[in-house]
Amino acid sequence: MHIDHVEQARNAGEQVHHFHGGLHLRHNKKISCATPLERTPLPGLLIVPLLQQYGPEAEATVKTGQKVLKGDEIGCFAHLGGGHIHAPSSGIVQAVARRPISHPSGADGWCVVIEPDGLDQWKRLEPLTNWTDADPALLRQKIRNSGIVGLGGAVFPTAFKTDEAIKQEIHTLILNGSECEPYISCDEMLMREEPDSVILGARILQQAIGATRTVIAIEDQMGVVNLALKQAVESAGDDNIKIVKITTIYPEGGEKQLIQVLTGLEVPTGGRPADLGMLCQNVATATAVAQAVVEGKPLIERIVTITGNGIRKPRNLVARIGTPISDLVEQCGGYTNDVARLVLGGPMMGYTLNSDANPVIKAANCILALTESDIRPSQVEMPCIRCGECARVCPAVLLPQQLDWLIRNQQWDDAADSGLADCIECGCCDVVCPSHIPLVEWFRFGKSELRTLAVERKQAETAKHRYEARDARLLRIKQERRQRLEEKKRAIKDDAQRQKKLTEAISRVRARQDRNE
Amino acid sequence: MRADVLAAILSITFLGGLFGLGLGWAARKFHVESDPVVDQIEAILPQTQCGQCNYPGCRPYAEAIASGEAGINQCPPGGETAIKALADLLGIESMPLNPENGEEKPKAVAVIDELACIGCTLCIQACPVDAILGASKQMHTIIESECTGCDLCLAPCPVDCIDMVVRHPDVGAWGWSKPRPVVAGAALVLNEIPPAGPH
Repeated sequence: MHIDHVEQARNAGEQVHHFHGGLHLRHNKKISCATPLERTPLPGLLIVPLLQQYGPEAEATVKTGQKVLKGDEIGCFAHLGGGHIHAPSSGIVQAVARRPISHPSGADGWCVVIEPDGLDQWKRLEPLTNWTDADPALLRQKIRNSGIVGLGGAVFPTAFKTDEAIKQEIHTLILNGSECEPYISCDEMLMREEPDSVILGARILQQAIGATRTVIAIEDQMGVVNLALKQAVESAGDDNIKIVKITTIYPEGGEKQLIQVLTGLEVPTGGRPADLGMLCQNVATATAVAQAVVEGKPLIERIVTITGNGIRKPRNLVARIGTPISDLVEQCGGYTNDVARLVLGGPMMGYTLNSDANPVIKAANCILALTESDIRPSQVEMPCIRCGECARVCPAVLLPQQLDWLIRNQQWDDAADSGLADCIECGCCDVVCPSHIPLVEWFRFGKSELRTLAVERKQAETAKHRYEARDARLLRIKQERRQRLEEKKRAIKDDAQRQKKLTEAISRVRARQDRNE
Repeated sequence: MRADVLAAILSITFLGGLFGLGLGWAARKFHVESDPVVDQIEAILPQTQCGQCNYPGCRPYAEAIASGEAGINQCPPGGETAIKALADLLGIESMPLNPENGEEKPKAVAVIDELACIGCTLCIQACPVDAILGASKQMHTIIESECTGCDLCLAPCPVDCIDMVVRHPDVGAWGWSKPRPVVAGAALVLNEIPPAGPH
């Protein structure tokens, strides 16, 4: 990295920069911020999907009929060596079965179904009260065993992220409190109501990765939050934490966009913020870290925004993972009469849910109920007129129209070269397209295809390798056999040896005859 | 003949000779052992080594395509995608899969009925990628992650205890499907939500 860039990265947050494109969207957050946070009551049945994070499903570690305590491990991601799933309450495991999970595919996935016993009894907790003296590796271990994932919505395992990051020198921890998508307000409510917990989490994370400073980025529209966080920083007495207000332009909360805003530097394609000496975490993730370390509690609940014109009393709730979404909606006064669609996530990047019986998952930052008038009527898709609006708003500085054309024509390699993997699926191009082309749908499809192709290529490579290895082995065995045979033949052909063997045989026979006589 | 014409002829001849030598040296120095086209073709083929193309493996088939002996439409596991990629690579027209070689099937994995297996090792010998584990008179099993689904172990089994089972991708490996075009007058796709509560 260029020497100026190092300096620029170290000064993250000192100056606010801009990223390319983006949109000013109607905020729609106030409606869900009027009521304080409240915990959802214990549901009749907890359905905990084993797919809670980026990557394959976890393996269940409990059996039907087994009794579990609150916080007991019920699922394990063996391939990561950790990142577990824990029981959200105490009770009996009713089944380990396939149930509808909250997933864009709408498919079923493996779930651990727990019937709570109502006692809500914790397992024996092992808090680290003197975390300031703790070894960073121990803190990371604690994070790993507590099943903490990025709670901003991407659910990337936090332990994996920190372990990757510390391979490089990290100087700045960035806490992302700029939830840019309209309607979602769970991070805002968290920072407002539990600022001390956020700051504590920031300090622990900072120590776990060996960073020297923390920058907490919040939106300029979050008035009360700034004050609350500042007071929390003061009472913690940590002057390495800086709170930065950034301009609300969607999608400034994207990891790469946020870093660009804070440093003026771009995270390289295929790279990570660690390449710039930074680690970015969501504020809710920091709170989860604080709870895991100081209280010893694994991640079993999260704040969910229940909002939209289809909800009678929008608000934020603290819900256990596995609680049916319908329970949350009921606590918010139920649906309005003209509700038309249920979305998990925000209006820009969320996906439609098939049913409100689906459980709350770690990725569920927002449940959005839309009415018919909210939904953009499906308009006829028209041909691209190459107006370039999509390129103007693209925060990743891509050429969406070009990518769209390449994907439609299955030019996968060219699409990959044009930066398809850098698309963050923010939906800005969709919104501005005058021809109503569902660009992001095509990009999601293209990215999935690229992933499949990469997997297939890797499998083909392995198969080829094994085939060649087998061929070589068979050839070697054949050659060795031939060699042995030839040696035997040669031994017989050799005259002196043959004579010797003959005399030996004759003398043996004679000796036997002598004995017999 | 004028001296300058002679000079021109000589110098051009000299230069020609020099470049000729240079090219000759480069041809030896940078000699490529195998035909790069064969490598490129082989990279497109799925490496199942199933022999459905009537060649004893993906490499021989790639060589046959390169020499013009075989068509590009003889690989059922590669299917339409492979045919299209091959057509692009070789600059020829894409064509449908030759039905004589088989049909494109979903990805499958071999499963041994371990109770029925008599431990004859015939399938182990047939497997082109060493994906079967076992020994004489011992139960055999498939290493699922390495199985290419080539079907070659089915025929030699004397007790017919191997089945091909279609692979179901994990929900974590799920991918978005191709967007459907929005046509005029299409109704809004509304998702089921139970009727509003009593509030």
